[in-house]
Amino acid sequence: MEIGGAFASAFALVVNFESDLVEIVSLSLQVSFLAVGFASLIGLPIGASLAIFKFPGRTFIIVILNAMMGLPPVVIGLIVYLILSRSGPLGTLGLLYSPTAMVIAQVCLITPIIAALTRQSTEDLWHEYSEHLRSLGIGPWQSVNTLLWDNRFSLITAVLAGFGRASAEVGAVMIVGGNIDHVTRVMTTAIALETSKGDLALALGLGIILLALALSVNAAAFLINESAMKRYG
Amino acid sequence: MDNSENLNLSKSAKVRTARILPLKLKDVSYEIEGMRLIKDLSVEFSSSSLTILLGPNGAGKSLLLRLCHGLIEPSRGTVEWGGNENASARRYQAMVFQRPVMLKRSVFANLDHSLKHRGIKKAERIYKIEEILKHTGLTRLANVPARRLSVGEQQRLAVARAWCLDPEVLFLDEPTAALDPAATHSLEKIIDEIKKAGTKIIMSTQDLGQAKRLADEVLFLYRGRLLERADANQFFDQPENDLAQSFMRGELLWWNRQELKPPEELNKRKGI
Repeated sequence: MEIGGAFASAFALVVNFESDLVEIVSLSLQVSFLAVGFASLIGLPIGASLAIFKFPGRTFIIVILNAMMGLPPVVIGLIVYLILSRSGPLGTLGLLYSPTAMVIAQVCLITPIIAALTRQSTEDLWHEYSEHLRSLGIGPWQSVNTLLWDNRFSLITAVLAGFGRASAEVGAVMIVGGNIDHVTRVMTTAIALETSKGDLALALGLGIILLALALSVNAAAFLINESAMKRYG
Repeated sequence: MDNSENLNLSKSAKVRTARILPLKLKDVSYEIEGMRLIKDLSVEFSSSSLTILLGPNGAGKSLLLRLCHGLIEPSRGTVEWGGNENASARRYQAMVFQRPVMLKRSVFANLDHSLKHRGIKKAERIYKIEEILKHTGLTRLANVPARRLSVGEQQRLAVARAWCLDPEVLFLDEPTAALDPAATHSLEKIIDEIKKAGTKIIMSTQDLGQAKRLADEVLFLYRGRLLERADANQFFDQPENDLAQSFMRGELLWWNRQELKPPEELNKRKGI
């Protein structure tokens, strides 16, 4: 198929909400949203706590956390695979090659991103607020609440960064999900498969949606920050 | 409920029941990396007067305020509230910093945040906030994001935020350092009103005119030592300490105490 023709077919698939495409996009979004939700629940408090509490080994943890932002997805996929495989510690749960396994892999991948970005932006705010909050007699745990609330717009950006990474990731979900049709096939794994099969129309259609998603996420992050700066300075 | 009593915004001078005063510092020293920044300082604050901390940059005025307020711990010595190292004393104090800390919220929400953390119920919080906004001339700015206020308005909000907690002791760390004369005048009026409401104020400043206008008593510090404590009129007429005298004359020779002696003294020592 000519490339021009592939593009035309791809747009037709997108415009007509072709059922295979809708199913794949829908599973991708479900997996990524769930992963971002869990990663936020874990990463936001960890990041904010690292910004506030001083303890031995804190610097080491921050360095590790920052390094983990660039973790290779295939390595995460491999580790989660080993844990969930039959002979692994959680093998009895039978989660391998399921959407749950993909969510677990993505949570492992994006929690460090959310935690590290939260730590950075919260630490800046903590430097500003700390004397005032301590002057009011507000303890460190209550300070976490104040900081997370006042920093919420920057944190939305951190969460969106996590979502961007989760939705665009292919290596880990391929290993633990297996790219099984109608079960664990998501946009990125489908693009890889369809391209290798030569079905460029579906691959391009999914690519267009993935690009639109990445663009929307970045635009949303930018607009939220701009609006927050205008409203709260 | 007598709300004006509860808010303690009465214009007439009044004496409140001491909950945490007197504040006693006994042989307090504060060190950072071997450098003693506050040296064996002992002082007691008891009355609801306005005490001004004077001294050149690096004298330890801000450190002393932070030590009193408990934001930093002394390396040696003790800070006692009401005769003991009272852990609950923080509840009855407030502090305003040289650079106002504005939460990323509206003016109203900034005030509400402080009151909420003191466990005050919503209806009472709203009443207090409205009253304090009226007293500080910030009512029309209630819904404006605090960070969009001018520096003068921000500092007024910072003082309002401290005042609405009805502190027995209020620490002010050079609150007008970055303000123009009009904003300074406006803030001084509020500070005077807080004093009249019976709050003990301990304030640092570099502005001698302001110190003369506001002070009941003056503490003169130099390189972490308390060199003189005197009634304001007495201090501004004729300070006893030679360094304080030089400071009042606006002399800048701070680095060698000997240089501050009158020239005749120097000449005698040099055998001229």
